[in-house]
Amino acid sequence: MADIFDILGPIMVGPSSSHTAGAVRIGSMARTLLGERVVSADILLHGSFADTGHGHGTDRALLAGLLGMDPADLRIPNAFEEADKVGLKYTFGEIELMDAHPNSVVMDIVGESGLRLSIRASSIGGGRIMVNELDGIEVAFDGSFNTLVIHHVDEFGTIAEVSRLLSNYRINIANMRLSRHRRGGEALMIIETDQTVERKIIDWIREFHGIAKVTYYDKNKEAEYEA
Amino acid sequence: MRLDSMEAICLGAKEAGAQFWEAVLLYDMEERQCIREESMAKMLTVWTAMVEASDSYTGQRRSVSGLVGGDGLKMRMYNRRGESLCGDYVGRVIAEALSMAESNACMRRIVAAPTAGSCGVLPAVLIPLWNQQKLTQRQVIEALYTASGIGAVIASKAGISGASGGCQAEIGSAAAMAAGALVHIQGGDMDMICNAVAIALKNLMGLICDPVAGLVEVPCVKRNVAGAMTAVSAADMALAGIESRVPVDQVIQAMGEVGRHMPLEFRETALGGLAATPFGKEIKQRQKERE
Ligand code: SF4
Repeated sequence: MADIFDILGPIMVGPSSSHTAGAVRIGSMARTLLGERVVSADILLHGSFADTGHGHGTDRALLAGLLGMDPADLRIPNAFEEADKVGLKYTFGEIELMDAHPNSVVMDIVGESGLRLSIRASSIGGGRIMVNELDGIEVAFDGSFNTLVIHHVDEFGTIAEVSRLLSNYRINIANMRLSRHRRGGEALMIIETDQTVERKIIDWIREFHGIAKVTYYDKNKEAEYEA
Repeated sequence: MRLDSMEAICLGAKEAGAQFWEAVLLYDMEERQCIREESMAKMLTVWTAMVEASDSYTGQRRSVSGLVGGDGLKMRMYNRRGESLCGDYVGRVIAEALSMAESNACMRRIVAAPTAGSCGVLPAVLIPLWNQQKLTQRQVIEALYTASGIGAVIASKAGISGASGGCQAEIGSAAAMAAGALVHIQGGDMDMICNAVAIALKNLMGLICDPVAGLVEVPCVKRNVAGAMTAVSAADMALAGIESRVPVDQVIQAMGEVGRHMPLEFRETALGGLAATPFGKEIKQRQKERE
């Protein structure tokens, strides 16, 4: 059902909820999932993002998100300058993806400690977004829940352990999806939760056997926890 | 109660012994599990953002394509000369609609209402009253609940994006929301709100979405004026006791039908209408060279 603040909102920098506000969200989602300050970004625009992206400020919006701004940030129009100021290097190009939403983007980003993330995401209307691929693994989540992204080795028992821990802390799992890399071995657990996942729980998950990396997207704070 | 028909909201309001706006507030409290004060505080941030956008407009900025910017200022200056055919209030409404829609095109901060492209309509009819101290904050907040309830119904029954239903879905919906808001402010009852919504939607039905070069600039900015003027006239008609012959929920259904039958060329693809004129194509070409 409709949230009336989706009707009167979002409060955003124009001109387009899908090409601007959604693009900021994709950028900030990518930064959160990387878990640290972004120092370089190679950005490829697909479809309508490529065709009208410049006119809609999609390029600046993506950078603004990578810099940690939200869709209402007044610095979005100056994102190029802001990026230069903090030493975020970027390139823009175009790509033609198969079967992708017309407002899609592929980004390869690198963080200050050398962490890397490759993400494909789309802006699906009204400022809402969808993450479609992470590090070559197909996913589908939209940031409307608190989201745990857990990279793990595809081993017996890991999944049960994680869900047991969450249920011990009365964290309700709204959705859980598992995806494996085509080459096998590496796998991703995407867990969407109703409640906020506290820092200490995330740290515990990191200690589990077979866990390679955990990132967390907090829908209220768009907070970042380092991997 | 669900926000899926005007009738449902009106019935819900009657059952709760509440007004239209309050039924929408109650829905929000239920939906987002929050208390009255929280919901109203959030609505106030929406209003504050609208007022800030209007107050900080200078008319100096230009859009990325260079097609848009400065018209709100021209209208403000013209109004000051006192020669406006529309008179004081409507003259100001036009200026506000232009300013807000331009602000959106020029990457300033606005509130999508219901979309970014149509962000000028609702604030345009409210801000002139607010600036002349003809409105209390409480009245504005109530008017915004009224508007959002109307928008939610249209979203669920017909759609509010140009890509799904043409410009009638954006500017048309915004006009309907603004018309209902005005009726509430002027003390109209629920039936009058419904009539105003129906009249506004009928008068903009069939409007296509044909943005030049795919940008939310031309014709979007001036269409915000069309939406706001439609809202004012629809509200006045409803307050005068004029009824829409076709019941409001049927009008919304019809609008959804029209949107679904609208050719793809007229739904934000920038392949038809004004976007397909020689001028439109030229701008598109110029944009491409810049990308
Ligand atoms: S023409 Fe299209 S993009 Fe412009 S305001 Fe209307 S619906 Fe929005």
